[in-house]
Amino acid sequence: MSILLFKITLLSYLAASCGYLVYIASGRCTAEKIGRWLIRGGFVLHCATLALRFFEAGYTPVANLHESLSFFAWCITGIFLLFDLRYGLAVLGAFLSPLALLLMVIGNAVPQQLAQPSPILDSWWFPLHVSLAFLGNAFFAIAFIAGVMYLLQERMLKSKRLSALFFRLPSLDTLDTLNYRCLTWGFPLMTMGIISGAAWANSTWGSYWRWDPKETWALISWFVYAALLHGRLAIGWRGRRAALLAIIGFLCLLFTFLGVNLLLSGLHSFEALSGR
Amino acid sequence: MQIVAVGLNHKSAPVSIREQIAFAPERQEEALRQLVASPEILEGLLLSTCNRVELYACSHDGPAAASRLKSFLAEFHGVSEESLTTHLYEFHSEQAIRHLFRVASSLDSMVIGEPQILGQLKDAFAVAEGCRSVGLILTRLLHKTFSVAKRVRSETTIACQAVSISYSAVELARKIFGSLQDRSVMIIGAGEMCELAARHLVNHKTAGLLVANRTFERALELAKKFDGRAVPFNDFPDYLAQADIVLASTAATGYLLTRSQVEKVIRQRKNRPMFFIDIAVPRNIEPAVNEVNNAYLYDIDDLQNVIDANVKERGKAADKAEAIIDQEIGRFQRWLSDLELTPTIRDLQQQLERVRQQEMDKTFGQLQTLGPEERQAIDACTGAIIKKILHRPIAILKERRHDMSGEQYLDAVRMLFGLDGETEDKDQG
Repeated sequence: MSILLFKITLLSYLAASCGYLVYIASGRCTAEKIGRWLIRGGFVLHCATLALRFFEAGYTPVANLHESLSFFAWCITGIFLLFDLRYGLAVLGAFLSPLALLLMVIGNAVPQQLAQPSPILDSWWFPLHVSLAFLGNAFFAIAFIAGVMYLLQERMLKSKRLSALFFRLPSLDTLDTLNYRCLTWGFPLMTMGIISGAAWANSTWGSYWRWDPKETWALISWFVYAALLHGRLAIGWRGRRAALLAIIGFLCLLFTFLGVNLLLSGLHSFEALSGR
Repeated sequence: MQIVAVGLNHKSAPVSIREQIAFAPERQEEALRQLVASPEILEGLLLSTCNRVELYACSHDGPAAASRLKSFLAEFHGVSEESLTTHLYEFHSEQAIRHLFRVASSLDSMVIGEPQILGQLKDAFAVAEGCRSVGLILTRLLHKTFSVAKRVRSETTIACQAVSISYSAVELARKIFGSLQDRSVMIIGAGEMCELAARHLVNHKTAGLLVANRTFERALELAKKFDGRAVPFNDFPDYLAQADIVLASTAATGYLLTRSQVEKVIRQRKNRPMFFIDIAVPRNIEPAVNEVNNAYLYDIDDLQNVIDANVKERGKAADKAEAIIDQEIGRFQRWLSDLELTPTIRDLQQQLERVRQQEMDKTFGQLQTLGPEERQAIDACTGAIIKKILHRPIAILKERRHDMSGEQYLDAVRMLFGLDGETEDKDQG
């Protein structure tokens, strides 16, 4: 049942992405409005999907790749909707809805059966750790998108070749502010995510830090964002450099999230989680 | 009732013709009075700008009105009608309405999307209202026109992109800084171009204006005008760090500002971006400044390219605007046909005639003894009564159809006599 809802959610994200892309290409405000309502509708469905999955599984549904991708997409969409309410940045939707869609499409392609019940999933640290980590990641995803938009807009301003996209993209200043906002939210969340993970590890395995690949890569990403935050506050990094670092940081995060699970193995692999 | 438009514009006539038949503002009222004095013209409107001269009229006889408008244009300016005919265009009914909508929405302008034309049309309408040359129909048409123009502006991007040098500079600055509020501007050189661009920037509530000019007095003068501050010309690089937007337009040969200077300033500003606008020829700012991180340099050609891109973008929006106009023309025409007086008068006469026939049949049924002569007399008598009763209402309806109250009279008549069929049954019952 939750799988069916998941697929409907995916379709509404697909439709929202189309709406936003039509807006970008043609500048039609109706397309943007349709896109916005579709992504809102998709988000509500997504909430239902997660709730249903929670009852079906009996644990916070972030225990396998499919569930994690879905949860990540949910966080990104939710935070985007908050930003959209606050700042009304329609173009952001045009970049973000395809990202959410991509995560959902991968999530749709991987095995979707429930994880085996396992004692470590019973701990309260589990939902706390994954929620903090994914919320932080979602803010960084938006910082990443703002970074991409910044580089595009800067490229057009510098080269003086203005395409239709130029007229829809927000100003450099807005994008840079967005980058900073996401950083100030994402960084504390990520830090708390790592700390709660360490606490969970201590209660389950008896040690705080074991240098498994996921932990190492999370730490690398954390350092990238720490450097960016420090650079912004102390040295006056901004604009292009901040945008580039937000992009690099997010690529590290993506590797931490997907690459480590798919390419390397360790305590965080979903097999280890489900106790197989 | 027909709407007729006759005129010429920058596409149909060279400036030598346009200037001959342009109406000076002080003579427009006089022209309108003369125009509506002609029997074919019921209502008239006159639009005269540097790019177009157009007359709009409302008439029962379209072709006659059009030829009157043409001869009027020639007579009023004392030029021969033949010399004008090749340049004049003439539109009737739907075409005339469409033309007016397109003009007001700035689709027919030299620079598509320029905003002045709507203001000029509003002025023209105010003059016409002032001398009562417009009545019910043109007033309604003009109000509709203004709302169409507003719809086109708000629903398409036609007016969004800047098409003049100083506008496009402001637009670019907004793409870099977002809001220009609290940004400060430095202008180097105090020529006319600088002043124009400064005015546009200051309109966006910028925080401060610094003026540097070789003759310090002129700098002071300009600074005073915009509530800014004059700085000595030779020291201007020292003040650069305070400026977000730098506008250069001096007659200097050789660069006033080099890449290494700008690099230093950006470092001082902790990488806060700067926007350099160089509208001088030869250029005042070294082109390599554009390569510095967080510095953006546009010279006069770059701005021109931005304008070209904007004009192209507007062309696309124009198609959407045409669709809006099509829709609105339909609405106006429906109103116009509803307005038609004749059907109301016809309905009124038919309604009373029906009552008369019913009552006569009843009477004749009761008075079987009447001879054909008496019947004829009663018929003629009742017919005359109805004619007399209707005489004044119809006269008033005809008289008032040209002003705004005409519509109300029409409504009143339809209601009082039950012409729309609602009260008819009650009357019979």
